[in-house]
Amino acid sequence: MDQDLKTELSKHGIFATTFEELYNWGRKNSVWPLTFGLACCAIEMIATTMARYDLARFGAEVFRPSPRQADLMIVSGTVTKKMAPQVVRLYNQMPEPKYVIAMGACAISGGPFRDGYNVLKGIDRYIPVDVHIPGCPPRPEALIHAFMALQDKISAQHLTGESRPRHLKAELPSEFPVPDFGEHGLEPAQNDEIFHNPLKVLQG
Amino acid sequence: MTLEEIKTRLQTGVPGCRVEIVVNGSPSAQNSLLIDRRDGLAAARFLRDDIQLDFCSNATAVDWPDREKTDKVKTRQVVDGVEKEIEQTVKTRIPGYLEMVYHLFSITNREVGNQEPVVLRMRTGNRTDDVTLPSLTPVWRSAEFQEREAYDLFGVEFEGHPDLRRILMWEGFTDHPMRKDYVPPPDDEREISGGQ
Amino acid sequence: MEYEQGEIMEISMGPQHPSTHGVFRMDVRLDGERVVRLKPVFGYLHRNHEKLAEAGSYLASIPYTDRLDYLCSMTNNWGYALAVEKLAGLAVPERAEYIRVIVAELTRLQNHAGMVGFLLQDMGASGTPLMYAFRERERVLDLFETLSGARMMCNYMRFGGVRVDCSEEWLNQARKLTGGFNGFLDEFEQMLTSNEILMARTQGVGVLPPELAINAGVTGPGLRASGVNYDLRKVDRYGIYDRFQFRVPLGDHGDVFDRYMMRVLELRETLKILEQALRDIPPGPIMDPKAKLRGLRPKVGEAYGRIESPKGELGFYLISDGTPNPYRYRVRPPSLINLTVLEDMCLGHNIADVVVILGSIDIVMGEVDR
Repeated sequence: MDQDLKTELSKHGIFATTFEELYNWGRKNSVWPLTFGLACCAIEMIATTMARYDLARFGAEVFRPSPRQADLMIVSGTVTKKMAPQVVRLYNQMPEPKYVIAMGACAISGGPFRDGYNVLKGIDRYIPVDVHIPGCPPRPEALIHAFMALQDKISAQHLTGESRPRHLKAELPSEFPVPDFGEHGLEPAQNDEIFHNPLKVLQG
Repeated sequence: MTLEEIKTRLQTGVPGCRVEIVVNGSPSAQNSLLIDRRDGLAAARFLRDDIQLDFCSNATAVDWPDREKTDKVKTRQVVDGVEKEIEQTVKTRIPGYLEMVYHLFSITNREVGNQEPVVLRMRTGNRTDDVTLPSLTPVWRSAEFQEREAYDLFGVEFEGHPDLRRILMWEGFTDHPMRKDYVPPPDDEREISGGQ
Repeated sequence: MEYEQGEIMEISMGPQHPSTHGVFRMDVRLDGERVVRLKPVFGYLHRNHEKLAEAGSYLASIPYTDRLDYLCSMTNNWGYALAVEKLAGLAVPERAEYIRVIVAELTRLQNHAGMVGFLLQDMGASGTPLMYAFRERERVLDLFETLSGARMMCNYMRFGGVRVDCSEEWLNQARKLTGGFNGFLDEFEQMLTSNEILMARTQGVGVLPPELAINAGVTGPGLRASGVNYDLRKVDRYGIYDRFQFRVPLGDHGDVFDRYMMRVLELRETLKILEQALRDIPPGPIMDPKAKLRGLRPKVGEAYGRIESPKGELGFYLISDGTPNPYRYRVRPPSLINLTVLEDMCLGHNIADVVVILGSIDIVMGEVDR
């Protein structure tokens, strides 16, 4: 619908919208995160919910402790190989539609601890990530910016057609295989359907 | 009480105790007592009860891998019918060992272990099959988790530890990652910059 | 005692749990609601800090020490700098010592306030004391950001001094913060200390006898709550702590209430130290002129240096083999050693008390796992 006509109508108290807009508006303004703080970034996430940088005004008032009640998983902190199966299990337990924010350098790619034998080099090896926030740790304003970017992403999702999101396509998986503890590392080392090795992509 | 006094009291209190002083080269001047591992438990009990070193602050393991020493030795050999002195390089292999270091302080007795620690060391036989050491957890409970960590990351096996299992890595892990010859698994696609 | 089949319930609290402080797991065996056995499991944040330190130089490890106890980065830096200064024999100029004391005590302020906030959140106060504590913490973090450039990972201390000098304006801001903090503490305590719910939930819970505390290596406010007078600022007198007048509060019973009161009383003593330090700070250089920032090659040897961090005794053990990289680098983590007695303190209590006892020990997983 024409945007000027909409604003003109709303000045007279008539509110016109599509079902898709209304659906997305409701969803994006009530994203409930899971309390999932791993390391130092968790403290910045807690600071974001505190009085100075209030995340509650964006709709993320309640941080749910149970994954069954949460929409968003903010992976804040280093994911180690010992913790990775638990992260994937928690992701599988969340009901659709679900989103993941990888907060901090450690969750994106291993961060400063990348050379570690116990460090998983990025959580996007096993689960799909929607928003990445660089920083070590990212400032609370950066987390709010990422939250707003996620809200923009949600409001741009279509309900029908080819470009509809994963949770509306029945053939796409919403649960991902949980890695096992091997003798020297995790098995498998990454989920090849999700993780695309940038070096291999460059080499063609 | 200086370290020499502690050593003499230890040798009288625990008869047959093999102890020597290892000198520390740095300006911190924290010399240490090297105790043979067979006398470890008795010596620890003596240190805690008699000398009142009741606070074991730090218990850590160190990996000293095998080293090769090359020496140049002059020998006499017959070359072309003439006896000459020739230099030969002789390589000797010094076996490595794993070492446990304990830093002891005293809370109740201000005469010893007050601001500078009393350092205790124990060495294993080698790094492969003779890696047992007595556990000092029955003497100082603070060593409980730290000895488990030494077992997990270095492979030192402690006799007499109440609950010796891996603490930081998962149960099925087979390597000892803090050793100097550990090779990490190849799960890191190294990008163009950096890399070892 | 014999148990019938089906009477003992084994549950695993964590690693994702609303009130375990980070990724920490406890395997608890319950008889009804009473704890029969409790085994802590950690390693979920093991980032092999020690092996990374062996691969880099001494200077390269300072940012990694920030991330050990990620709430108190300044005191972690100081512990490491102290150990390296012992190893290499460096001296620190006076103004740098005063700055170190000021930032360390500011760190202690925000850590103890946060600990009380988290403890009350675990008890069900649903975030309000935490909001008050974090309001003050944000003011302290503003100071840190002005001084060192980062809110949490300050990377501020260097071997032989500190990295940048603080201005007179910064010192005035710090004086204002210190002056207003007493009023905040009064407001905080008025809500909490004589609160019936707090007293009923914490008095007599999680008692730690002093002999067990000494033998298990417990340090910090947990040890002093059991009545043992051992504060490294008074024992070692590292830095210039012997110039300041402050008292060391001691507890009588060693229960959770005493550990909570330790933090509150230590906050008041910390304010006294801050006032004196901010009053007496002299002008001067902030770095030892003999200290080399890069290419530090200490002589072959070893050193153990320790400080009183807000969690307990934080020690660093370094072995040098003459090369620019340390041969062995070991962190003595206070949170890990304080956890040794968790089972002893929890046996016989209800599972609801386990959360409160864990909150009173004040652990940070970055330090436990390194």
